Formats: sequence, structure tokens, C-alpha cells
Amino acid sequence: MQPIISISNLSKTYDGGVRALNSVSLDIEQGEIFALLGPNGAGKTTLISAVCGIVTPTSGTVLAGGHDIIRGYKKARAMIGLVPQEISTDAFETVWATVNFSRGLFGKAGDRAYIEQLLRDLALWDKKDAKIMELSGGMKRRVMIAKALSHEPEILFLDEPTAGVDVELRRSMWNLVRGLRERGVTIILTTHYIEEAEEMADRVGVIRGGEIIVVEETEAIMRKLGKRQLTLTLTEAMETVPDALAEWHLELADEGHRLVYSFDANDESTGIPSLLRRMGDLGIGFADLDTSKSSLEDIFVGLVNAQQEPAA
Amino acid sequence: MNIRGVWALYSFEMQRTWRTLWQSVVTPVITTVLYFVVFGSAIGSRMEDIGGVDYGAFIVPGLMMLSLLTQSISNASFGIYFPKFSGTVYEMLSAPMSPIELVLGYVGAAATKSILLGLIILATANLFVDVRIEYPLVMILFLVLTALTFSLFGFIIGIWADGFEQLSFIPMLVVTPLTFLGGAFYSINMLPDPWRSISLFNPVVYLVSGFRWSFYGEGDVSIGLSLGITAAFLIACLAVVIWIFRTGYRLKE
Repeated sequence: MQPIISISNLSKTYDGGVRALNSVSLDIEQGEIFALLGPNGAGKTTLISAVCGIVTPTSGTVLAGGHDIIRGYKKARAMIGLVPQEISTDAFETVWATVNFSRGLFGKAGDRAYIEQLLRDLALWDKKDAKIMELSGGMKRRVMIAKALSHEPEILFLDEPTAGVDVELRRSMWNLVRGLRERGVTIILTTHYIEEAEEMADRVGVIRGGEIIVVEETEAIMRKLGKRQLTLTLTEAMETVPDALAEWHLELADEGHRLVYSFDANDESTGIPSLLRRMGDLGIGFADLDTSKSSLEDIFVGLVNAQQEPAA
Repeated sequence: MNIRGVWALYSFEMQRTWRTLWQSVVTPVITTVLYFVVFGSAIGSRMEDIGGVDYGAFIVPGLMMLSLLTQSISNASFGIYFPKFSGTVYEMLSAPMSPIELVLGYVGAAATKSILLGLIILATANLFVDVRIEYPLVMILFLVLTALTFSLFGFIIGIWADGFEQLSFIPMLVVTPLTFLGGAFYSINMLPDPWRSISLFNPVVYLVSGFRWSFYGEGDVSIGLSLGITAAFLIACLAVVIWIFRTGYRLKE
């Protein structure tokens, strides 16, 4: 199936000379939730802004639903809803007026029933006649989402949708995003919360220094790059790892009270039984053992650092 | 053509007028009434007719033009500057709106407000002096042309402005002095040379003169020249606006 968004060799160099995007190519499939991860200044917002028409690309092409965002910008933009990172609304307008304004701006005829349902879904119906300046931060963010969804877009960009919102609202946002996906909306979100991507995204892209360094299905990336760890709580602390255990590349933690063994969960042989046997032979006792898998955050940090090292 | 988008933008801007009724309509009307009280009644009653026109009636086109120019600029400049300031401009830039449609929405609303204000001032003037309009169609043409041209000019200022100070700089320090010196309250034919010749370099002279011609059939310069200068300024403003959207100057990076 043709991707709903196809980005080819997209580059952006700002007037000041900063190269924010460097030949980025990326396909977004219809109906998926795609999370774009990256440290501050990696180019996430520039990428979204270029696709949505807020920033003019220096080179490259972007197709949204098969429409070029420059030559066929009207058709392309009509498909896209954008929730920017900053809460920018007309403080003196009512919720009802500003959401209907957004719908009109995108060329859609008024639809009271749709807007009413949208506001109800976002728990804003009771506030429809309130001025935006009277709303809480969380409500304002929901107004931004309502504006972005007012014209029934097929693609929704959420730039840091849960930045600075409390845990409860974050959970309700996640539910909202899942609900939108069930209705067939393709969602591209940027986030600093790796947990958010791990929880929701079908695929994850990592961007660093204006370049996409990895794009994978979330499960696949966890499987491929995820490490498991075995932590042994020792009965007696040790100062150094004995040479006899060198082949397992163990690390000491908690001032010598814990022995940590990292292994690849996908390997046929994890090396755990032989490690435990060798420890028994050496008379090293342990009181407890625990295994854990690395989170997407660990993978993300590892990826970003791995990319930084050669340049350093 | 995204007609609904243009209408949404136009309606949004017009609603801002009703929300800020005092600032948008009442304040300019009160200011104009004060001009009539001071120049029309207090001073005007002691002045001779100018070209056979009572002084109170003579200043009506100039006063209308003064409000038309300043209000067109301030309405249009504020209309585009505020979304830039508040960040809501992202919505205009990401909407399926062409530059022409955006200009139609913003400039159309600003010009409409100015025209309405001009007509309100004309109605107010009628309460004080006997105003006659010899060429009503030409008067409407000038009203619309001037409102459009200076709303476009205001739109350019709104995009150029980096702060509220710059926003008021040109209307207050350039346009208002040029209007006062452009024959709003006198005929430039009353000035001795070289001041009369120098005045001809003031573009507002041609606007006021042409507008006054539509009222009383007489102006400081020919009506053709007045129309030509106004149209030339309109074309110049259009060219700048086209350049702004082509380059994204101060709108997008």
C-alpha cells in the first residue's frame, strides 16, 4: 500500500546556517501511530513544520496522500491536522468559536453535530462558551487538539502532546490517540517521554542532528536492540570481578553487593546456567536474582550515544 | 478557491471589531466629532469659505481620509501582527489557504471596517455641517480604493513589525503628519511657494484632493492624477505582498 506520507531527501538549512534536517527520508503508513524520538534540537519540530507548511524546505520532497506539499499544498494540507508544541490560541475567543473557525479555515462547511461530538469526546463541551483565557493548561491543550481535528483530518501531527501535563491527562491523551487510530487517523507524534512511544507507537523513528538514524517497529526495535540483564545480589560484597568470570563481562554495582550480567535475549544460549555453575565452583553465593529487560529509553539513549561517539 | 476559508478569516476579523467596539469604532468617531467641534464650529465659523465651500464642510473629506488611512493601517497591521505575536499564525500557514485567500480575508476585513467607519464619520459630519456629494460613485470608488490600498499597506507593516512600537510607528509618525500636511484642513493652493510645490511630493495630497473632488467637484490636483497615484500605490503594495508570500519574509522560515 502506498504510504500516506512519503518524505524523500528532505533538507532544511535555516538562514543562520543551522542545518536542521539533513536529507531525511521516511515513509509513514496509513493508520499507524508513528513516534518520532530525538533529543532537543534534533530536528523533530522542523520536520513536522516542513510537512505542515510552516517551514519551507531547502530541498527534497514530501507527499501527503500522494499530493506534493509545495505544488499540491491545498490538497495535502486539507488532509493534515497539527497540534503544535506551544499552546497558541486566541485568548479572547470562545472554545466553540475557535474550533469552528479552524474548521472553516480548512474549507469545511459548518457541522454542529460533529463539533459537538468532538468537544464532548475531549471533555470540553461544558466549556464551549468559555473564553480560552479562562481555561486551565490541560484544557487549552485539548482545545488545540479539537482545532486540529475540527476539519476531520486523515493525518494528525502531535508535537510533544503531553509535555508538561499531569499523569492523568497524559493517560487520557493516550486513550484519545488510540481512539483516533481506531477511526483510521494516521498519527505522527514527537515526544520526550519514551514511555509514551513504547506505550502507543506502532513504529518508532529516532532522529539526531537532523538525520533519521533508525526506523523500526516498536516491538522489533525492542527485540533487536533490547538487552536483558541478570542482577545477582551477593551474600558477600566483592571488590573486583574475579578473572574466572571474565568471559561474561560482568559489572559490579551497589558497592560490590550486586553483580550484573547483560545478555542478548535473542541468543540461543544466554550463558546464565554456565555463569551460575562457575560462581558455585568459585564459592560465590547470592541471596537473590532478578532479570529485567532494557526499556525503549535505554535503547534510545544507547542509539543516540552510539551515533555521537564516532563524531567525538 | 477556498471560499469558506476566506469567509472564516473575514468573519473572525470582523467579529474582533464588534468585540473591541470602543477601540475600533467609537474612539475614531468621538475623535472626529472633536475635530468638528474645534475646527468646524469654533475656528471654522470665523474662517472664509474655500472655493465656495463652507470651511466646516470643506474639512469633511480630509477628516474622513485621515480616519480611513490610519484605521486601515492599524486594523490590517494588527490583524496579521497579533497571530504572529501570539503564535496562532501557524494555523494560517498550515491551512489550505493560498496567499491571495489570506490577503482577501485579512485585508478585506480591514478595508470593510475602514469603509464602515468612513461612512459613520460622514453620517456624523452631516449632524454638524451640510455635506453635499457631487460624484457619489467616484466618492465610493475613492473610499474603497483608499481603504484597500492602505489596508494592504497595513498588512505589510504588520508582517514587518517586530513589536508593538513598530506597529504604531508608521501610522503615528508618518501617516498622520502626512495627512495633516496633505491638505486635510486646507487647500494646498493656499500655501505660498515653495511649500505648495513641496506638498506635491506628499502622496496624501492626491488622496485628499481626489476625495474632495468627488464631494465638491474641485481639488488641488486633477482627479485623473489623484486616481493614478492611488492606483500606483495600490499596485506597489500588491507587489510587496506578493514578494512577502513568495519569500515567506517574516512569516515562515
